[in-house]
Amino acid sequence: MNQSMHTPSGTGQPNGSAPTALLKLENLSVDFQTRRGVVHAVKDISLSLVRGETLGVVGESGSGKSVTSYALMGLLERAGRVSAGKAVYTGIDLLPTQESTMRDIRGREMSMIFQNPRAALNPIRTVGAQIADVLLQHNQCTRQNARTKAIEALKRVRIRDPEQRVEAYPFELSGGMCQRVVIAMALACQPRILIADEPTTGLDVTTQRAVMELVRDLTQANGMATILITHDLGLAGEYCDRVAIMQSGQIVESGSAVQIFQHPTHPYTRKLVKATPHGASHVRDLLPEQIIPVEANERNTATLEVSSASNTQHRVPVLEVIDLKRSFVGKRTLADIVARRPTASFEAVKGISFDIWPGESVGLVGESGCGKSTTSSMVMRLLDPTHGSIRFKGKDISLIRRQSFVHHEMRGALQMVFQDPTDSLNPRFSAADAIADPLKRLMGMSNAVQIEQRVMELADMVGLPGHLLSRLPHQLSGGQKARVGIARAIASEPELLILDEPTAALDVSVQAIVLNLLVDLRIRTGMAYLFVSHDLEVVRLMCDRVIVMRAGEIVEQGVTAKVLANPTHEYTRALLSAAPRPPAAPVAPDAQNACVIESETNHA
Amino acid sequence: MADQTDIPTAGNNTSFLAHMRYAIVSNPVTLLAMTLFSVIILTAVFGPYLVPYDPLASTSQALIPPSWQHWFGTDHLGRDVFSRVVVATRLDLTISVSAVALSFVVGTSLGGIAGFWGGWLDSTFGRLMDTIMAFPLFVLAMGIVAASGNTVQNVVIATAIINLPFYARVARAEVVVRRQAGWVQASQLAGNGPWRILFGRILPNALPPMMVQISLNMGWAILNAAGLSFIGLGVRPPTAEWGIMVAEGAGYIVSGQWWLVLFPGAALMLAVFTFNLLGDGLRDIVDPQRRT
Amino acid sequence: MDRVLVVFKRLLQAMPTVFGIVVITFLLTRALPGDPAVFFAGPAATPESIAEIRTELGLDQPLPVQFGRYLNDLSRGELGASMTTGQPVIQELVTRLPASLELTLVALVLSLCIALPLGVLAATKQDSWIDQLCRFVVTAGVSLPTFFTGLLLVYIFYYLLGWAPPPLGRLDILYLSPPHVTGFYLIDALIDGDLEVFWSSLKQLALPAITLALFTLAPLARMTRAAMLQSLGSDYVRTARACGLTYPKVLRTYALRNAMLPVITTLGMVFSFSLGANVLVEKVFSWPGIGSFAIEALIASDYAAVQGFVLAMALLFVLLNLCVDLIYTLVDPRVKIDG
Repeated sequence: MNQSMHTPSGTGQPNGSAPTALLKLENLSVDFQTRRGVVHAVKDISLSLVRGETLGVVGESGSGKSVTSYALMGLLERAGRVSAGKAVYTGIDLLPTQESTMRDIRGREMSMIFQNPRAALNPIRTVGAQIADVLLQHNQCTRQNARTKAIEALKRVRIRDPEQRVEAYPFELSGGMCQRVVIAMALACQPRILIADEPTTGLDVTTQRAVMELVRDLTQANGMATILITHDLGLAGEYCDRVAIMQSGQIVESGSAVQIFQHPTHPYTRKLVKATPHGASHVRDLLPEQIIPVEANERNTATLEVSSASNTQHRVPVLEVIDLKRSFVGKRTLADIVARRPTASFEAVKGISFDIWPGESVGLVGESGCGKSTTSSMVMRLLDPTHGSIRFKGKDISLIRRQSFVHHEMRGALQMVFQDPTDSLNPRFSAADAIADPLKRLMGMSNAVQIEQRVMELADMVGLPGHLLSRLPHQLSGGQKARVGIARAIASEPELLILDEPTAALDVSVQAIVLNLLVDLRIRTGMAYLFVSHDLEVVRLMCDRVIVMRAGEIVEQGVTAKVLANPTHEYTRALLSAAPRPPAAPVAPDAQNACVIESETNHA
Repeated sequence: MADQTDIPTAGNNTSFLAHMRYAIVSNPVTLLAMTLFSVIILTAVFGPYLVPYDPLASTSQALIPPSWQHWFGTDHLGRDVFSRVVVATRLDLTISVSAVALSFVVGTSLGGIAGFWGGWLDSTFGRLMDTIMAFPLFVLAMGIVAASGNTVQNVVIATAIINLPFYARVARAEVVVRRQAGWVQASQLAGNGPWRILFGRILPNALPPMMVQISLNMGWAILNAAGLSFIGLGVRPPTAEWGIMVAEGAGYIVSGQWWLVLFPGAALMLAVFTFNLLGDGLRDIVDPQRRT
Repeated sequence: MDRVLVVFKRLLQAMPTVFGIVVITFLLTRALPGDPAVFFAGPAATPESIAEIRTELGLDQPLPVQFGRYLNDLSRGELGASMTTGQPVIQELVTRLPASLELTLVALVLSLCIALPLGVLAATKQDSWIDQLCRFVVTAGVSLPTFFTGLLLVYIFYYLLGWAPPPLGRLDILYLSPPHVTGFYLIDALIDGDLEVFWSSLKQLALPAITLALFTLAPLARMTRAAMLQSLGSDYVRTARACGLTYPKVLRTYALRNAMLPVITTLGMVFSFSLGANVLVEKVFSWPGIGSFAIEALIASDYAAVQGFVLAMALLFVLLNLCVDLIYTLVDPRVKIDG
């Protein structure tokens, strides 16, 4: 069902008259010519945007949200075509407009910022030159004062040392700084509309907050209207006045942010709101109402494990990490040899210690570069530590070099689920081959019938339908690939499973299902988890204890609930406050009435 | 730009043969290339038995233009050019295929090993490859043949050596890219040793991009071998080989007898062209991501 | 100052390569099976002259000692004497080098003038006739045997059409070569003010240069087109367009410059091919360069000459690659000094 969006008269306007829309999309449809025929990426959507407001367009992958913005700006790729509709801006329909007119509009009236900021800048041109190009194009400066104006633009986006940075190249700047430069270019001519297409995806959570606040401050200062396109409903909830939810090319619901979060009406919106892990008290709450577990006492099982684990004195921890260190040696340069100094080395992990008890789920949290990936590689024995020891069930496995560990009897007891489902599956192996691999190597199974049977059992455990087993990875969806990765990891019946951001690359509704699957598996098999993530909300739901890492060191660790309620270290506090805070979603009570509310099908 | 249309595919896997048939038929270029390729192979295998005249027999009927008796005319020694061109197919293909096979196997293995293990092995091997590539390659082949003796075997070895760095580089690059991939780490976790991972998993995955390389290289190897025989290395008269035939006919084209040069040269061109076209088609057949 | 350091560093990095070349040329002639003395003595040698050569060239000494002698000789520019001409090899090479260089450079310039615009236009006007033309040129171009194209061009333009002069060298027999300044007839003729000689050399140069240019056209056009396509489809070009920059500006400053980087890298590879193809073209057109010298030497088993030729070509190639490398380093700021 398609819904169109019109600002109710009087809302948000001080003088009470009907606000005129700055931009009005009417019945827009966009088609793509692909190998498999025509794809209707956007189907008959209507939106309007009022001066000064921030509109969020939220959808999962394939929803058509980005395509809408490209169509507006006239930046569709060759295979794309607007098949119907109008986009009216100050009386002109943008869609059939000539390229030369659009060029004047772009940058001066309407601007856009993108995902992946470093790639969005010309790698062989200084940042200052790129800003100057935009300014010169729109006659905001002359050749003589271009540099000065560029420095001013950098100051406005709060880049430190703008006089130095103006001569810098993009590869010399961090992701966050590159995004600020792109923002500077987009806002250089103070356009009336800013379109932000996933501007913070891929950035650290603290950088994300800084960038979003910058955008909000600048747009509010200039009275700009903003369209924020994102897959993160929580982000849209915090920064947007109104939100439109897109699914499969259509707008399924729209309204104010508060309305969407507190009283969602469309089933898809409800599913999204529930699946967004903000303030949910249990992982089951992420699931839509239709999927309710049969045993209600499962809710409490996870907590039971914690209390029993910490009570027993004579049980051995599954994993003990003692003063673990890892440094990476750089290349020996000519300068080093001449100056007779040691080669520069980088300490990724600077001496950390922690335990994991049987059946426990421990979270490892930190931003990029904190050393959590290096730590999990070392624990998995894919990498040798430079110092310290790793004890698995009391035995020191760090003494065994990684090449030998491949054939060690304990190899099967320690397994890992990887982050990117696409990257973690061999493109030539079918799902069945991938799952069978550890069965053959680690479990020593050789009978083809036995193997096939066990593969089907494992697929069943992870909820992967049997007919998908013969497919190759590129024929599976993200969620299906994630399940194959999990089935492969548990095939050798491990006692410790490291999950390296297992849902980071998944849509939020798929994430809900996969997280629940992981909880079920842990209950059934009694595995211990080391859950590596950058997302504190997910860790809150999944982990009994949490370890916070920063720059190679542990800054805080403890029971999850306590650490997140009362963080002692300022970095933990910074992480917590950086997470997006949407308007409070309704709490769990609905789910406890375990009835099927509507019988619409759900797919993942 | 991010893929603007993300649709999960449907449908189960097709068998390899069915996929091969599909790959060949769906792309007209591949179809053409495969057809030409079959013609060339058939000529090489069966040609010598089917030619009308003895390619080595000199007659008194020298320098006759193309006619019904002699489709491609006769050369300066009265030999039938058509028979010679057909028979030469086998020799030219043998030289190129052996050279490319040799350099592919050795180059890919060494390059893959260097890329996988890294460290000093990689640096040393890289230096060796760089040194080979520091020579203009045709010139190096000339030098190797001159130094080791003017035989066909040495032409094959020389061509193999100068081709080696291409395969080594591509193999090394592909291995380095995949070495850190999640699925390679997962293979290690599943208990696979490094040799099995390199030769059983990574290199087969690297095969599709290398297929194009192999095919282009075949074309280039044929040109190289013909070039060497054009300047008098390797093959000697009266053997029938495309390069040597062009060399022998070079003196006559200036005075208007074009057929001695045109037909062997055109055959050479056709063979190289076929292999160049074949590259993309081969990749389509071998690449699992093209399967629907 | 940074740039000077980078240049210096690149020069240093070329040293091991040069050393490698010297080692390999040494091994090629001394360390292979068979008696090198026989090779050096020539096909018409008697056992006594072979023995003489052996002691004279020190071929009876252990390898490391021989290598030392070899290095010593090289440093003095001593490459031995050519059997076929009786002259020192180094002299032959030096005399003949300008002819080869003139041919290669003119061919390369011609090739670039066609390939670059063709590739750029093919990428900016996808699926137009010029794109099809480019793709055709590339596919056909990589299949062409150089010697064959040369002969065909001679047949068509000399024999059939009579536009080109007979393929007999650098200058019509009527004329004397211009006074030697650079060795490049085109330049020397202009310096001398002799326009007739200039035109004659140009006419003689036309067909061989076109033949060689056709050979290098294909990889250059292919790389230019591919690089432009990639550059035009990149994120930073999208950003530039989204900020409202004009199409010519985007094309010039954002797409073209970036596309030139892989093209410059390809130039190195193209040089390698063209130095080899040079040999073939020189044979077809009887061009008195070092390529034809080498061919004669090969046939006559003039060992020292072949060795000198291989060494000279390799060093020339290293020099050309160094220039390409330096240009690249100066254009791409991402290349780090400690890289």
